[in-house]
Amino acid sequence: MKFSRKSLGIPYAVFLLLFVVGPLLVLFYYAFTNGEGHFTLRNLTDFFTDPNTLGTLFYSLLVAAVTTVFCLLLSYPTAYILATSKLKTKSVLIMLFVMPMWINFSLRITALKEILTLIEGNLAYYPFLNSVIGMTYDFLPFMILPIYNTIVRLDGSLIEAAKDLGANDTRAFLKVTLPLSVPGIVSGVSMVFLPAMTNYVVLDMLYNSTYIMGSLIGSYFSAYNWHGGSMIALILLALICIFTLITDSGSAEDSGVRGGALL
Amino acid sequence: MEEKNIIELKNITKTYEDGFTAVGDFNLEVKRGEFVTFLGPSGCGKTTTLRMIAGFDLPSSGEILLNGKDISKIPPYERPINTVFQRYALFPHMNIFENIAFGLKQKKTDKETIKKKVKKMLELVDLEGFENRSVSTLSGGQQQRVAIARALVNEPEILLLDEPLGALDLKMRQEMQLELKSMHDRLGITFIYVTHDQEEALTMSDKIVVMNEGRIQQVGTPEDIYNEPKNAFVADFIGESNIINGIMTGPLKARFSGGVFECVDDIPEGTQITAVVRPEDVILTAPEQGQIRGKVTSVIFKGMHYEITVQCGRYEMVAKSTKTQQIGDTVGIRVEPDGIHIMIAENNTNFFAVDMNRNHRLEYNGNVLDTSLTKIIKGSHRNENKELIDENGEVIDPDKIRIVAAIEPADITMTDDTDAENVLLTGTISSLIYKGDHYSYVIQTELGQDFIVDDEYLWNMGDMVGLIMPINKMRFTVKK
Repeated sequence: MKFSRKSLGIPYAVFLLLFVVGPLLVLFYYAFTNGEGHFTLRNLTDFFTDPNTLGTLFYSLLVAAVTTVFCLLLSYPTAYILATSKLKTKSVLIMLFVMPMWINFSLRITALKEILTLIEGNLAYYPFLNSVIGMTYDFLPFMILPIYNTIVRLDGSLIEAAKDLGANDTRAFLKVTLPLSVPGIVSGVSMVFLPAMTNYVVLDMLYNSTYIMGSLIGSYFSAYNWHGGSMIALILLALICIFTLITDSGSAEDSGVRGGALL
Repeated sequence: MEEKNIIELKNITKTYEDGFTAVGDFNLEVKRGEFVTFLGPSGCGKTTTLRMIAGFDLPSSGEILLNGKDISKIPPYERPINTVFQRYALFPHMNIFENIAFGLKQKKTDKETIKKKVKKMLELVDLEGFENRSVSTLSGGQQQRVAIARALVNEPEILLLDEPLGALDLKMRQEMQLELKSMHDRLGITFIYVTHDQEEALTMSDKIVVMNEGRIQQVGTPEDIYNEPKNAFVADFIGESNIINGIMTGPLKARFSGGVFECVDDIPEGTQITAVVRPEDVILTAPEQGQIRGKVTSVIFKGMHYEITVQCGRYEMVAKSTKTQQIGDTVGIRVEPDGIHIMIAENNTNFFAVDMNRNHRLEYNGNVLDTSLTKIIKGSHRNENKELIDENGEVIDPDKIRIVAAIEPADITMTDDTDAENVLLTGTISSLIYKGDHYSYVIQTELGQDFIVDDEYLWNMGDMVGLIMPINKMRFTVKK
């Protein structure tokens, strides 16, 4: 048999079949069958008629959206200042923002829990706020880095050109820097928003007993309702697909830049 | 009508935080409508000067007067000056129309006027109908045109162009040179153009400013610069030339390359000179008809002519000729008086400050100079503690005395072995000019001072060398 470059792809194809396509098919099977193995749309209609599940979906979206906005508001100025400063210690500062990621996640959240308890007295008073704080803290580096990377790579002469053409500092920022850092914002947002919808561990650890999508799926499976759980997982997958399509089309022209912005 | 200066640069200096002076003592007047070119090798400060005119960099000292008013402190967006950037700097997130309209939008021009003006500009740069194209679909040459249109649409008083043709291929570049020149003639806007390409400068400019190491070397018309270079650097940088050291031997008579030539520059007898002879002014003749004679050492065919190198004794002369010669043949060389440009030789003596250390010994760059201080400082002697006593019998305070050493370029030797014991200091070669029988090098040393060194061998730019300076060749003077 002749060895071709294509055969190098075989391990990947096998991996894809075993761990992506296979599980997806299993997921589809369970989502559209009932306990007797008959085809049904029941799981789907159940999800969209039950106020509890819909409420969870809404709550997840809210937590994720607020977290994303918080992250963005904190990250953009930070990334911008870091990227445009002439500091020689720039890389050290970036490192300081990334370093928390090297510390065990549950340890960080436990520490945060202690601090919040110290301030609020009892975590139960502000479950939503606490969850958002926890998630923002957890996801911040994922937002800072892509934005920093896009701004740092911005051609400085573009901003000079804007000023040369009569734009003052503010307008040069609004008309050139900001639009050109959109790819970084988009990848930052998709790296924060999607995980934030499912990361129920933060909520659990901060004693927020409200379900989000992640915990909802978990609860179905621990109650041996594989069919309902699969359907919810599938709906979440569909949501993610739609979200990705929207953000992708938003920055289609800068796809090259975006690839670079992704870590 | 009196021609008025549109922009004047007065004593402009730009020193960076690390102490590096990019531009020093820059004085220039530009008349309305002129095409001025800043020409020099990379790192000569030409782009920095342009950036100060644009407002991206602030001068450390000096004034920039636009129509008589100092603009050196006002931000770029308030200056009626626009720039064409080296790599175009077109906004990638805008189409061609939006790019060109950007400046007008900042000025809150109404939509109809913007449309009309952008259309006119696109016609000017031959890109009609490109309004909705995106930047990335354009070729380099087209992007360059958009960049020019984007600057010109604002009707600036001065258009700055920072090596705008550097990224284009040769043919495109030559086309754009002509187009830029005709654009300049039609619009009457003052152009300030930066380039390192001497041919480009000679082709396009009304006035050329030759720069090197942050200083203006010469300002003049292309003809002036080419025919009457002020110093060896200009002569070497603009076109090819034979640059030979010599001496005036009589009225309008100069001796160089082993012959005496009549010339048109009236310089007193006995003056050390540098003669510049363009290769096209070197006439090859039969051996007995030449003012000097030499042996042909190389012949290179250059299409329109042959480049012929002739060795005359120690000196080399390069000639351009339409007729070829045989390598090894003896030929005569004639140069007509107006083909010789005489410059008074630059005094290249290297001066440097040396220290007296606590032990009352001379020291330079951490090396003790083994020389007798009592001979340098008049009337001094050493006491029993080996301390130096001056003529009034007092011990000399090393901090209160300054000793300057001088050494001629030819007395310094360069070596590869920078760790050798007799190396006084090390540096890198930052410039070299061939002077007919030797090379004249500028060495940027570790101490920040430049040294001029003459050497008959060819070293490379950027070479790291050690300088050997024999102490018996140094002359010392004492300054209190």
